[in-house]
Amino acid sequence: MTDSKYFTTTKKGEIFELKAELNSDKKEKKKEAVKKVIASMTVGKDVSALFPDVVNCMQTDNLELKKLVYLYLMNYAKSQPDMAIMAVNTFVKDCEDPNPLIRALAVRTMGCIRVDKITEYLCEPLRKCLKDEDPYVRKTAAVCVAKLHDINAQLVEDQGFLDTLKDLISDSNPMVVANAVAALSEIAESHPSSNLLDLNPQSINKLLTALNECTEWGQIFILDCLANYTPKDDREAQSICERVTPRLSHANSAVVLSAVKVLMKFMEMLSKDLDYYGTLLKKLAPPLVTLLSAEPELQYVALRNINLIVQKRPEILKHEMKVFFVKYNDPIYVKLEKLDIMIRLASQANIAQVLAELKEYATEVDVDFVRKAVRAIGRCAIKVEQSAERCVSTLLDLIQTKVNYVVQEAIVVIKDIFRKYPNKYESVIATLCENLDSLDEPEARAAMIWIVGEYAERIDNADELLESFLEGFHDESTQVQLQLLTAIVKLFLKKPTETQELVQQVLSLATQDSDNPDLRDRGYIYWRLLSTDPVAAKEVVLAEKPLISEETDLIEPTLLDELICYIGTLASVYHKPPSAFVEGGRGVVHKSLPPRTASSESTESPETAPAGAPSGEQPDVIPTQGDLLGDLLNLDLGPPVGGPPLTTSSVQMGAVDLLGGGLDSLIGGPNFVAPPAATVPPNLGTSMGSGLSDLFDLTSGVGTLSGSYVAPKAVWLPAMKAKGLEISGTFTRQVGSISMDLQLTNKALQVMTDFAIQFNRNSFGLAPAAPLQVHAPLSPNQTVEISLPLNTVGSVMKMEPLNNLQVAVKNNIDVFYFSTLYPLHILFVEDGKMDRQMFLATWKDIPNENEAQFQIRDCSLNAEAVSSRLQSSNIFTVAKRNVEGQDMLYQSLKLTNGIWVLAELRIQPGNPSFTDLELSLKCRAPEVSQHVYQAYETILKN
Amino acid sequence: MIHSLFLINSSGDIFLEKHWKSVVSRSVCDYFFEAQERATEAENVPPVIPTPHHYLLSVYRHKIFFVAVIQTEVPPLFVIEFLHRVVDTFQDYFGVCSEPVIKDNVVVVYEVLEEMLDNGFPLATESNILKELIKPPTILRTVVNTITGSTNVGDQLPTGQLSVVPWRRTGVKYTNNEAYFDVIEEIDAIIDKSGSTITAEIQGVIDACVKLTGMPDLTLSFMNPRLLDDVSFHPCVRFKRWESERILSFIPPDGNFRLLSYHVSAQNLVAIPVYVKHSISFRDSSSLGRFEITVGPKQTMGKTIEGVMVTSQMPKGVLNMSLAPSQGTHTFDPVTKMLSWDVGKINPQKLPSLKGTMSLQAGASKPDENPTINLQFKIQQLAISGLKVNRLDMYGEKYKPFKGIKYMTKAGKFQVRT
Repeated sequence: MTDSKYFTTTKKGEIFELKAELNSDKKEKKKEAVKKVIASMTVGKDVSALFPDVVNCMQTDNLELKKLVYLYLMNYAKSQPDMAIMAVNTFVKDCEDPNPLIRALAVRTMGCIRVDKITEYLCEPLRKCLKDEDPYVRKTAAVCVAKLHDINAQLVEDQGFLDTLKDLISDSNPMVVANAVAALSEIAESHPSSNLLDLNPQSINKLLTALNECTEWGQIFILDCLANYTPKDDREAQSICERVTPRLSHANSAVVLSAVKVLMKFMEMLSKDLDYYGTLLKKLAPPLVTLLSAEPELQYVALRNINLIVQKRPEILKHEMKVFFVKYNDPIYVKLEKLDIMIRLASQANIAQVLAELKEYATEVDVDFVRKAVRAIGRCAIKVEQSAERCVSTLLDLIQTKVNYVVQEAIVVIKDIFRKYPNKYESVIATLCENLDSLDEPEARAAMIWIVGEYAERIDNADELLESFLEGFHDESTQVQLQLLTAIVKLFLKKPTETQELVQQVLSLATQDSDNPDLRDRGYIYWRLLSTDPVAAKEVVLAEKPLISEETDLIEPTLLDELICYIGTLASVYHKPPSAFVEGGRGVVHKSLPPRTASSESTESPETAPAGAPSGEQPDVIPTQGDLLGDLLNLDLGPPVGGPPLTTSSVQMGAVDLLGGGLDSLIGGPNFVAPPAATVPPNLGTSMGSGLSDLFDLTSGVGTLSGSYVAPKAVWLPAMKAKGLEISGTFTRQVGSISMDLQLTNKALQVMTDFAIQFNRNSFGLAPAAPLQVHAPLSPNQTVEISLPLNTVGSVMKMEPLNNLQVAVKNNIDVFYFSTLYPLHILFVEDGKMDRQMFLATWKDIPNENEAQFQIRDCSLNAEAVSSRLQSSNIFTVAKRNVEGQDMLYQSLKLTNGIWVLAELRIQPGNPSFTDLELSLKCRAPEVSQHVYQAYETILKN
Repeated sequence: MIHSLFLINSSGDIFLEKHWKSVVSRSVCDYFFEAQERATEAENVPPVIPTPHHYLLSVYRHKIFFVAVIQTEVPPLFVIEFLHRVVDTFQDYFGVCSEPVIKDNVVVVYEVLEEMLDNGFPLATESNILKELIKPPTILRTVVNTITGSTNVGDQLPTGQLSVVPWRRTGVKYTNNEAYFDVIEEIDAIIDKSGSTITAEIQGVIDACVKLTGMPDLTLSFMNPRLLDDVSFHPCVRFKRWESERILSFIPPDGNFRLLSYHVSAQNLVAIPVYVKHSISFRDSSSLGRFEITVGPKQTMGKTIEGVMVTSQMPKGVLNMSLAPSQGTHTFDPVTKMLSWDVGKINPQKLPSLKGTMSLQAGASKPDENPTINLQFKIQQLAISGLKVNRLDMYGEKYKPFKGIKYMTKAGKFQVRT
């Protein structure tokens, strides 16, 4: 005989029949009938009509029958509130029963009956049960307070249950403590303002004691509660960590993850020099790895959390790459997460292994997974520069497989690789073009069109290729249309003669036949540009593009810090703060990592302090009005992303206009020079800067317009080596343009004519932007000064030393060669000011091996002066702090090829008039550090 | 906390629902069904599904989805762990966990679920406590209950519920006192085409069956405890003692339980006991392919490999296979394209092999993916990590128990790429 019999029904009047049985005199029959009712309930049948009859069975000594009736009551009381009152008496009586099991059962069930009228009767029994002698009853009553609060919060507060509950935290029984904590946490969640869980060192100590003795579930509640506490100093944090670490060996993965949360949070307070810090880091890895051998559902949640942990503290799992390798029968949701973490952990050390795996995955069956694997190869190429070549060849192998979706994904990522490493892998374009016909997804088509447009000059039949796309222009998605428009305009600018017809065709398609506003606008802009000023059009359309960042999907540091506080919760699974998605947004409090308050003051490195204390006290970091204004200006000056590329110079013009208009009405100072509308004279920036700097401490923006330090001219080519031609010169950078200022002296006896100049390939692609123009022939003993504009789009070859430039000068007599070293600061671009958050993230991201230290002795400037002096050469101060009487400047600069260099400058007061500077440089290309240091020295000492 | 639980079978019927707070309409499961439809296979249904007002967290075991509904921010691992515990409890109570069995015992199931959670908070999840509250159904008890009218619900407060050793009830009595420990290790490995190991790790457990009278206090020590640097213990193990002396000291639960699980990571060298030699060739636009695999022993420490089973998911283009095994039996399902070969024991003198031809879809180009070979095997009397129990001692009781330790190595997720 099984319970399935309860499901069999007679055709007619099932309810009627049950009713009769429920009212039977025989106990056994009654019980069977109630079981039938429960069975119907479990499959969602409505048996609420039997309410009075079932309640009648409640008065019984038979515990099973009583429990069954209670089960029924909980389900249906809400729909029959008046009837439910009938049950109250029995409950109240049961709460006095000598058997603690019955007392607990009664109070527990009563709390589950969500009827207002009943809750009033519940108060007295509940109060008694909270103080019951039996801990089993007390722990049940604790949960009941949370239930009651959910139904009627006001009542709970009025009755003073919350205080009783708080007292239970000090209960002698650990299970009662755990339940009280759980109940209080649940109540606190719906009332974030109320200070229910008032944690202090005493209560923390009690919780830690209970932690060792309560059930696994209680441990989760206690750990989650501990995570909300902020220890007063690093010693307290360490002692809590020490008592929490044993939980990492618990069999219950939820306990493990909650313990990880507490440790990750409190670790923030520990100094990195502490031995314990290292021990803790080592202890965190094994439990995280173990989570991955659990059931797939648990793995998924664990992986989502590991994703956060890896971003916050990559050192924990850096040697554990292999456990993230995908097994072919992992569920797809596990596979995708593992892949993501593999890329995060990819580094030069393990890239070969990772690539081999990714290639293997790209031949799997699951399309989504294969796509992501191909994409991952591209991300590796962008992340680990040394592997780029290997990644590209892997992608080419995959393209050879001709599997449609693989090819499409590969092309999309190759586009990104081109963006990251321009002019390096163009040899593969031919292979890509072969696969043109198989592309049917908009993203892949758009990527291919972009490549064709970008490298139009190297693809012989670029016009044919683009024309073939043009045929079905109106059927394409907007993404492809926009890309096609831009690509054809690029093509036209590069090969104007043979593509005039094509460009007209696309412009008219975009502007006249399309009803998409974006497309029309872009079409009109191009049209206008091309028709008014083709040179400007060239500058705009073919401008240098900002390099794509290394990892586009990194979680922003402040959000990451917040999410670390939510490890193990739904927020960590969705990578969103709870306020963004939890039902009703019940005023969730934003959590933040504790600031590091050491009991003994130690020097802080830049990455821990501000990142650790987003809301805490900030050290004095120039939060002046000027900074704010600077930020605003930076916003305008920042390179446009995504939209039609614009040249830097035109952006600056826009910014100047904005500045002029805005400030004009603000101050209208007499010494303010209004900028002319059309052109910006190079000295405007300085005059305006000087005019304004009295009023506002403009830390950036205006400064970008002034020129950087210019070294005095030096003789590069002595006359005796060049048949009488002496060349001396120097390099300057003004308003974003680099030039070589040359002084040519004719020391020979004959007239010199037909001058020309050429540069050998060099590290930064420096090349003359215009031919060398010496207007009149150079007669003997005559000297002429020429400024030769340079750009950085020439071909690149690494030189030794890095800043070596080999120059050939020709005149009517002969060709002469000389080489010179250019100061690196002419390559520092105007938008080299990094956002502070970005700075912190980047500083942390660059491995310590790349850090270089230098000394600059006997500098006669103070911090202010250093900062402003450097700024005029485009070295920007991101933040400034004063630690133990020493000024620390955090600075950033960007080279023309997009390499960022981050600097920490410590200014030590030496003897009264001179200071010693200590410079730490961090850069992904460490070989530039030496030259950056030289630039610093030159700028600061002259 | 956990609001409700729905049990759903693979054809998408909700066959049980339980609510611990207010009743949540079963229409909430529509979101789950949507996700189920999107995921082609049941295993691929994401474990966390957001809906406008609730979150659905699910586990898939024994072809049943256990879907928990939560409304507020709750640690998802807590919910998922709990769901697995529910499944374990059902298995413990009824022997198997399947839809018919749950339906047959629906009332007990309901009572058990009610005891496990109160208002969404876990109440009693230890099987020995639950069994005192709700007695598992046995044929004998059903008969007795019908005659005497007694119930299968205990009316006394379970003793373990509040003691410091909640996992053990008091007053346990046995005539034969015995304690058995099984050291079981599973090798998870990925072997690449050329036979070299890409990753290999060992997941080990020590499962115990302890039937001892009274309150025995056991200690278990190992010959080489340093192998165990990544362990998860049953709550009964005294962590302090392990930290200081590397000895497992514990008062055991009564009956079957998992004493500890451990993980020997990829960084230690893991011995791989078998190898697979394979040659699988597809040719472009030919309707025939060749298939040959041989299985052989590698590092087995002189033990026999048995229970060998080879399975492989063949590419879609394979229509049928005609193969001849040198031993064992094989099947190929032309619909699911699943090849399985039950090899049995490996005789090192005569290595088992399976060879023959595959008929491929005519004219189609050769398949893009290579089949991965999945291997199962067992080795008795061997813990491949080298872990060895030194001695087991009992304190606190006077009698002499019978003690036994068994070792076994198995394949976990053991995959060979071709």
